[in-house]
Amino acid sequence: MSTSILNNSSAECFMQAVDHFRELYGNHLPAQKSLQTNAAAVFTQLGIPTTKHEEWKYTSLAVLAKNNYRTVNPSHNCSLSKSDVASLALTKDTLLYVIENGKFNASASNGHALPTGITIGSLADMAGDPRVQNHLMKHADFSEESLVALNTALSFDGVVIIADAKTECATPIQIAVINNTAGEALNIPVRILVVAEKNAVFNVVETHHSFGVKSPVLVNVVSEVVIAEQARVNYIKLQDEDQNTCHVNYHKVNMARDSYQHISTLTWGGGLVRNNLNIRLDDVNCTSYLNGLTIAKDFQVIDHHTVVDHAMPNCYSNELYKGIIDGHAQGVFNGKIFVRKDAQKTNAFQSNKNVLLSDDASMNTKPQLEIFADDVKCSHGATTGQIDEEALFYLRARGIGEASARALLNHAFAADVIEQIPDENLKAVLLDRLTARLYA
Amino acid sequence: MLSIKDLVASVEEKQILKGLNFEVKPGEVHAIMGPNGSGKSTLASVLAGRKEYEVNSGTVTFNGEHLLEMSPEDRARAGIFLAFQYPVEIPGVSNANFLKTAVNEVRKSKGLETLDSKQFLKVMQEKMKLVEMDKAMTQRSVNEGFSGGEKKRNEIFQMAMLEPTLAILDETDSGLDIDALRIVANGVNALRDGKRSFIVITHYQRLLDYIVPDHVHVLYKGRIVKSGTKELALELEEKGYDWIKEEVDSSVNA
Repeated sequence: MSTSILNNSSAECFMQAVDHFRELYGNHLPAQKSLQTNAAAVFTQLGIPTTKHEEWKYTSLAVLAKNNYRTVNPSHNCSLSKSDVASLALTKDTLLYVIENGKFNASASNGHALPTGITIGSLADMAGDPRVQNHLMKHADFSEESLVALNTALSFDGVVIIADAKTECATPIQIAVINNTAGEALNIPVRILVVAEKNAVFNVVETHHSFGVKSPVLVNVVSEVVIAEQARVNYIKLQDEDQNTCHVNYHKVNMARDSYQHISTLTWGGGLVRNNLNIRLDDVNCTSYLNGLTIAKDFQVIDHHTVVDHAMPNCYSNELYKGIIDGHAQGVFNGKIFVRKDAQKTNAFQSNKNVLLSDDASMNTKPQLEIFADDVKCSHGATTGQIDEEALFYLRARGIGEASARALLNHAFAADVIEQIPDENLKAVLLDRLTARLYA
Repeated sequence: MLSIKDLVASVEEKQILKGLNFEVKPGEVHAIMGPNGSGKSTLASVLAGRKEYEVNSGTVTFNGEHLLEMSPEDRARAGIFLAFQYPVEIPGVSNANFLKTAVNEVRKSKGLETLDSKQFLKVMQEKMKLVEMDKAMTQRSVNEGFSGGEKKRNEIFQMAMLEPTLAILDETDSGLDIDALRIVANGVNALRDGKRSFIVITHYQRLLDYIVPDHVHVLYKGRIVKSGTKELALELEEKGYDWIKEEVDSSVNA
């Protein structure tokens, strides 16, 4: 009963897996059948990218050929309960929802009452809802993204969040995406759809965790975030899986006029993590912040690829990514900004700063600006250095031990990213989590 | 308290201190003067434990302990404080948080209870007055965007918080206008209690009008070549260093 993958070429394996999966389990999202069939064909054509692919030059997915990843069975039973996941909630009042091995686990979700105007549910249950059908799989373009195609072909569940027009919800909505394994290599597709109707304002936190026996896992997440006129979404991704996890995450945001989005991607877990953010400022007066933080050690590979696409005039985007890389870990940052011909009066800024803590740590950073309009203000910059020895000595000369002094400096460097989060409660909690991570 | 014997030290293979001897007793204030490149700042750096400075030979004992074998943090915990010539900017670390960490690490090393936020705040408010610090300065990142005078005041403020037994002021007067100089000197004088010792490294006699030393030494070519009382500083101010250089150089040649 498994869609096992042969161990020769990973691409071939996954192609067979897709066919096998669809044979075995059929199509689990009937309303999206033609899209899923199409995605399967696209994936079969594209395969798994190798390092010859320009966008995957520094991040090798060779690990995917090393294990027989079985795609999770859509009708598997979830085993986690409320008490198993209670500690994951970022704040006391968080509206916590759990995705366990790709499946919406209603009984582990904390069941706090939802504010009026907010709908949250299983994607499998809601896929036929016209509000879902309008958007699901319509924004994350898989025609050139093989892993998005793989996710689209295999998706059977996930979560849908819809905020009606004028809904304001300060309480964070948290999606805890958990891989819960028992020693077997798993391929887990996860699908998230967030719709902010006109003037809606809310916070979403997507957190990633490993439970159970350490096992090689491919977690393949695709999120589509649709932000209507004047709506504001603050989105946080906290990636804290164990190092057996290969995590690929594609996050597509579509912004209507006068809308605002702020996304923070905080990555300090996972063996190999690839984040693709694709933000389309599709109308005038959009404001978009993209911040990211990598804290890597051992042999972790953490890759942030971002695309900010300015399609229309008078929009603003600002991007700040920082990395602290230790051990033999590798960091990657690739930030593309497109300013299309019509996008006059664009302000677009990007900055990437990294600290390497060991001789074997490495960072590859590539800012890219492609500007087709003539009246714009854009800048980008990248730096990679070592810890400031003068600052370290200064702290030690005041009696602070070397380990604490390093942690203090790293914390200050990294906290800068979290300080930008436009929600005081989440900011405070995440600063505490950062402290715990750095002083561990 | 501090005893330096035949200290030879170099930086980047270049010998700077060439057999320095020096004693400091509790409660004493020593001024070390000397022309550029004579080794004043090297001495301060070696005492604080800066790793770029290599000690080739000689000993330094501090209250009976071998100072040169201690890490910079252990020296600070043992009671040595270096007021930096160029205080370092540390973005993202607030002055208050930095000092609370430092004070508590020093306290822990002495087996004392750490201070909680409330207790710490009380001590801090008391010490802030010494150097006319305002609250905003304690909330700002360490030295970030501080003026030259603010940076030096912050050094003395840290000294007041950490209560060392030996404070080394490395050209604390450089870059200060007369008002800032007065504030800094008042801060230092307030910390003179008959037990705490000071080594004041300076180019100019001006600072010594405010912080009156018990002893004045002239450092030249890596050695102390002349010692005297505060009058020696006045003499140097008037005559410069050439007469000392000539004295030393001719005795070496003879």
